[in-house]
Parts: sequence; structure tokens; C-alpha cells
Amino acid sequence: MLDLMSGFVVELRNAGLPVSLTENLDAMQAIKHIPIEDRDAFKYALATTLVKNEQHWKAFETVFEVYFSMRGPGYSVTENEDGEIDEDSLEEWMSQQMKGMGGRGSGEDMSPEEIAEMLYRALMNGDEAMMAAMARAAVTQFAGMEPGRPVGGTYYLYRTLRNLDLDGMLERMMEEAGEKSESDLTTLQERLEREEFQNRIDDLKKEIEAEIRRRLVADRGVEAMAKTLKKPLPEDVDFMHASREEMASIRKAIQPLTRKLAARLARKRKHKRRGPLDFRATVRQSLSYGGVPAEPRFRNPRPNKPELIVVADISGSVAAFARFTLHLVYALQNQFSKVRSFVFIDGIDEVTRMFQDEEDINNAVHRVNTEADVVWVDGHSDYGHAFGVFWEKFGHEISSKSTVMFLGDARNNYHATNAWVVKETAKKARSTFWLNPEPKSYWDTGDSVISEYSTHTDGVFECRNLRQLEGFVDHLA
Amino acid sequence: MGENNFDDLASVRAGLKSVNYLADEGIASVVFLAERLGKPILVEGPAGVGKTELAKSVAAMMNSRLIRLQCYEGLDEAKALYEWNYKKQLLRIQSDRGANAGNEDWADVQDDIFNDEFLLTRPLLEAITADDPVVLLIDEVDRVEIETEALLLEILSDYQVSIPELGTIKAKQIPLVFLTSNNTRELSEALKRRCLFLHIDYPDLDREKEIVLNRVDGIEDNLAEQVARVVRSIRQIELKKSPSVSETLDWARTLVLLGIDNIDIEVAKESLHILLKYQSDIEKARKELSIEG
Repeated sequence: MLDLMSGFVVELRNAGLPVSLTENLDAMQAIKHIPIEDRDAFKYALATTLVKNEQHWKAFETVFEVYFSMRGPGYSVTENEDGEIDEDSLEEWMSQQMKGMGGRGSGEDMSPEEIAEMLYRALMNGDEAMMAAMARAAVTQFAGMEPGRPVGGTYYLYRTLRNLDLDGMLERMMEEAGEKSESDLTTLQERLEREEFQNRIDDLKKEIEAEIRRRLVADRGVEAMAKTLKKPLPEDVDFMHASREEMASIRKAIQPLTRKLAARLARKRKHKRRGPLDFRATVRQSLSYGGVPAEPRFRNPRPNKPELIVVADISGSVAAFARFTLHLVYALQNQFSKVRSFVFIDGIDEVTRMFQDEEDINNAVHRVNTEADVVWVDGHSDYGHAFGVFWEKFGHEISSKSTVMFLGDARNNYHATNAWVVKETAKKARSTFWLNPEPKSYWDTGDSVISEYSTHTDGVFECRNLRQLEGFVDHLA
Repeated sequence: MGENNFDDLASVRAGLKSVNYLADEGIASVVFLAERLGKPILVEGPAGVGKTELAKSVAAMMNSRLIRLQCYEGLDEAKALYEWNYKKQLLRIQSDRGANAGNEDWADVQDDIFNDEFLLTRPLLEAITADDPVVLLIDEVDRVEIETEALLLEILSDYQVSIPELGTIKAKQIPLVFLTSNNTRELSEALKRRCLFLHIDYPDLDREKEIVLNRVDGIEDNLAEQVARVVRSIRQIELKKSPSVSETLDWARTLVLLGIDNIDIEVAKESLHILLKYQSDIEKARKELSIEG
């Protein structure tokens, strides 16, 4: 058990979860009190002692499923007298499992149509046991898994799902539900029904995924699988290469992040220094000491809020980055005396109004994407022209109170750079920063001209993920 | 608290259910472990999912007194731990002077004014010195400053309090401690390390329905099911503030009072303001519910 646990902790650390020694010891203590055959309780016992951040839960779950899929309760692994896992019996048991998987669930001798039909029935009735059995059968039938073949789980998942045509099934289920009820479904009822079915289908997908994972682990071993399944934590996902799913997870993570940042900044301001003596409060306080001013009171200092000007490139590749940064900046609005934002591709446009009018930041971002007039000639990034116009139109509004942030990868398509704009801006503004979403090693390669701009700024920051962005904003305010 | 208040996991669940709190597997395991290991529980989750309620229910289940410390910005030792009753001390010294002017030794006075009589116990000290079993709830711990957080560490890991004038006071029995956090800031590693972590999220459909059935008097099974479904549907929309469990319950109660037993679009639209608290959210939900199929 000891080896097993320390192995598990190593896997967790590999996945990027911070697990301290005391937490490890706590986990050991905790599982003593849990009946080992209760898999869920075992999982929760580990989670509550080892994972102290809700966003890490998913990563934990993946590692847990992989690591204990072969060793978990229910698959009682025989231990010999020394308490060590018997290698031979493990192997034997594994081969049995592999055989068993093929045979069990009577997947082999069923036709694809039969499986689809039974699956449909199971979904329609919400029969969980049946769904699980059919998921197994479907994987056997459709995934075409071959031992030792070096492809990832997503490939098998795709193959299985393609054959099942779950979207079609959803429509069929909706139709049947419609026929069943006496009157026509109202839109609300229809929506609720659809969600119920969608939910079941999502459960099924998860079941299939888990089944594929179990088989892959059986085939390749735990360590190899843990590596291929490793996913970055939401705060470490690269903006420029995020998948749609990862984007969603970033969007979710950004909300609590801004709340935290805002609270932290407000607090920092308040506690940085004390204001002048508050005479009234001091006298009032002194009354409880018989008139001796034992406890002087001070006023809260007036916060010194910078004015923020954001100039963001929103052309294709860096759009996601600009969106998240704007999102973050506007969520922190009240930490700055004023926020103005400009977006550009090869033309430039002010979008401050759009953020002020819209209560919902997602709508604002949507409006920026559709309404802002940012294309001048061909819609390829032209920093030079955009900066030129920026200076001409808005340059006089930069003052010694402003902090200017440029966002972009500085890939200028070999146009003129107009770097003097940045230089002049830096002269007038309190400080000027450049945030670049590209990895540092790519800077100044190809058409990137970042260093021509950056020499004039107070600093260039690599901002590839939420963690770096958070660090920068913290530094800024 | 005696040895092993709970026999096993199932008894925790049953016990919580008997006081009308429906715990899922995760919640029950953590409460069980906290009692066995003598560790505090840090409960996190969106507002209104029953974090505080959990502590109250556990207290009710164990027939213990609940001592609550509400945290806020600026909370300090004097409000959380203990405070010397200055005014009373001052009076004591002055009355002394009147009686036998100058005869008393400073040491005597000191012994006299720094004893239990002049000590005002605040929630944390009270929880530790209590003779009867208590459940200590430290609510919204994320609101205090990081410096104040450190004040909790001694109590949470060793269950003792050091008072310079009196020495260290050890707990007579280990209280079950709940800390709740709305996650407005990252708690310090040191604090997290000492706690068991429990994240409570919005309940799934079945559990929410059961909660509604349990908590709302006179609700039909059919209506509870519909309530849970509509709420789940609304939670899927991206909103400023998703409806919490307590708001679900409020809504269900309203529907029962109005004598509605079937939720149609009109009813849903008219009563949305009970579930949602922002005008923009209400408008968004109205749009989504009536347009989308």
C-alpha cells in the first residue's frame, strides 16, 4: 500500500499538482479509516487530503482513474504474504480481464444495428447499468483497438462515437418524447427534455472514454498512459494553441481569477501605507483609556489609481489572447481611474464605449469583433499604420498619469514599423508595457519585430497563459 | 467529543439526512474523515450551496453547540480570540487606590487583573475551552487579511491558544471545525495544508430534487422534478450569478404558495426574479428560455 500511495503522489506531482509531504501523510492516515473496497470513498479520501484547489480536481480524477483502474477495489489484486503485489498473478489477472472485456457484455456477437438500438433504448429510459454495458459493447465493436498500437485514446473515442451517431440519436429521442406526450411540447418542455437527453448522452460519452482508458491502461501500463493523458491545468494552457474545450476552461477560470485579483489589489492599496493622523478618531478612541491617546488612529490613504490605455492587436492568431486580456482589464476596471481600449489589425478603432455600454463582458467582446472598424486595406496585421493613426488621433490624450499596454505578437508582415510612436508614447506616459503571447524563443524570428518596439518600453512580458497574465496585472497595479 | 462518534460512512449520511441535510458521497466522506482524523474542514464553493448549512447540520446531528465566528475585513485577535476587559481592569485598579492607597504591591495587582475574571472570551477561545462538545464554524475565512489568517494556524493544528499573561490553554476536547470560503482570494498554503478540503458544487438533478422535496413542505414530486430541471437549465446559461440551492428552495416555496403544480413558460418567466438577482441575468434567461427549443 505504501509503495502504491507514493507512486500515486509522484504521478500527481507529475501532473502539476502541488502535493506536500504533510498532505501525503494525511492521505495515508485517511485511508486507514476508509473501507478499502469502497472505491468512491477511497477516492474522496485521497482528494480531500491531497487536492486543495477545485480547479485541480479534474487532473486529479484523471490520474486517479488511470492509476487505480487496474488496482482499484473491485479488481482485487492478490497480495502475497510480504504485502507486495504478486507480479505473476497480476499478469494472469490482466489477461483474463482482456479476454473478459471482449466476451463480457455480449458485444462480440451483436450486430452494430443491435447495439445502436439497445443503446438507444437504454438512453431513452435512463437505464444506467444498461448504458454502461452497452458502452463496453460499443467500444469492443467499433473502436477496433489493437494491442500495442501507438495511437492515443482520442482516436479510439472518435471512431466509437462516429459509429454511434449520437446526434442522430438525440433527435430520435426528442421525436419519441414528442409523440409520447398528449399535447405538443412547449418550447420550455422541449428544452428541458433535450437537456435531459443530452445529459444522458454526455454520461455515455464519459463511460465510453473511461472504458477506452481502462483498456489502454491494461495494454500499455499505468506509467505510459499517465504520460499521454496528462493535460495542462487551466492556468497553464497556452492561449495561442488552446483547443475549444480548453478555451472554455480558461473562460471559466478567468472569472474567479479576476475576483481574486481585484480583491488582492484593493487590499494591497489599502495596506501599503497609512494616511495622516485622524484626530477625531484618535480622541474618540482615547476615551476608553481615560483620555490618554494610547492608540492613535490614521486615515485611509487616498488610493493612487493609474489610468490605463490598452492597445490590442486582434488579428487571427492573437485574438484569443487579446480577448482574455481585455476581459481581465475590464473586470478590474474599478482598480484604475479610467480604462480606454483600442483594437487594431491594420486600421485602429476605439472600443471603450462598447465595454462601458455592455454589462456582459462576453457581449462586449462579441461587439468588438463584429463592429470595430479595424481593417484598413487587407486585414493583415500592420502595426506601423495602426500606430501611426493612433498617434495622430489619440496621441495628445496620453498624459503622465497613463499607463499604456500594447498587446500583440509584433508580427508586422514586413511593413514599416513606425517604432517612433512607441518611443513618443513612452516619453509622455507614466509607463509603457508590451505583452507578447508568443514564446520568448520565437521573438524576432520571421516577421516579428518585437525588439524594435520593446527597446522603447519599460518592459516586454511573455504572456502565454493565465498564470503569466495574472502575474503581470498584479505587477501593474 | 468522545471517541468515534460515527461508526461508518453510512451512519454519517443517515445522520445528516435525519436533520434534513442531504449529503452526497463526497460530503459524507469528508465529514467522517474530519471526525476520525481530528482535522478541520475547509469548505469551498459558490455562494448558497449550503456550506454554512453543513456546519449547522453537523452540529445538530451531533447534538453539539455551534460556535460561529463570522470573518470580515479587519477582524483581529481581540474579536476572534480573546480580549482583556480594559474598563473593568481600570475600575479595579481605581477602586483599589481608594481603599488602601499605595499599600498594594504591583505584582498583586497584576495577578489580580490578569485572570479569568477580566478575560473576555471570543469565539475561538470559547470553542477551545468549552466543556461540552462543540462545532466551530469559521465563516467566510477568505475575508480576513493574510496576516490574520496566521492567527488561526495555532488553533487549527494544535487546538491550543497562547495568551502571554496566562500561558497556553489547551483544548479540553477537540472540536469539529468548519471553515468556509467563497474563494475571493487564495488562502495561504499553510492554512490549506492543515485542513481537509471539500468543494461543494451545485447538486445534480436528482439530489436537488430530493433537497427540494425534503425542505419544501407540501410540494408534489412532479413539481419538484420540474423545479430541479428548470434550475439546471438556467445554470447552463452563462450568467453573472447562477441560482443557488437556497434560491431554488425559495422558488419552490413560492410556487407551492401560489398553488402552481405545473411550470409552463409563463410561470417560469414571471417568477424568474426569485431565482436570479441581476436584471441582465433575468433578461438573458427570459430570452434563452423562450427562444431556444
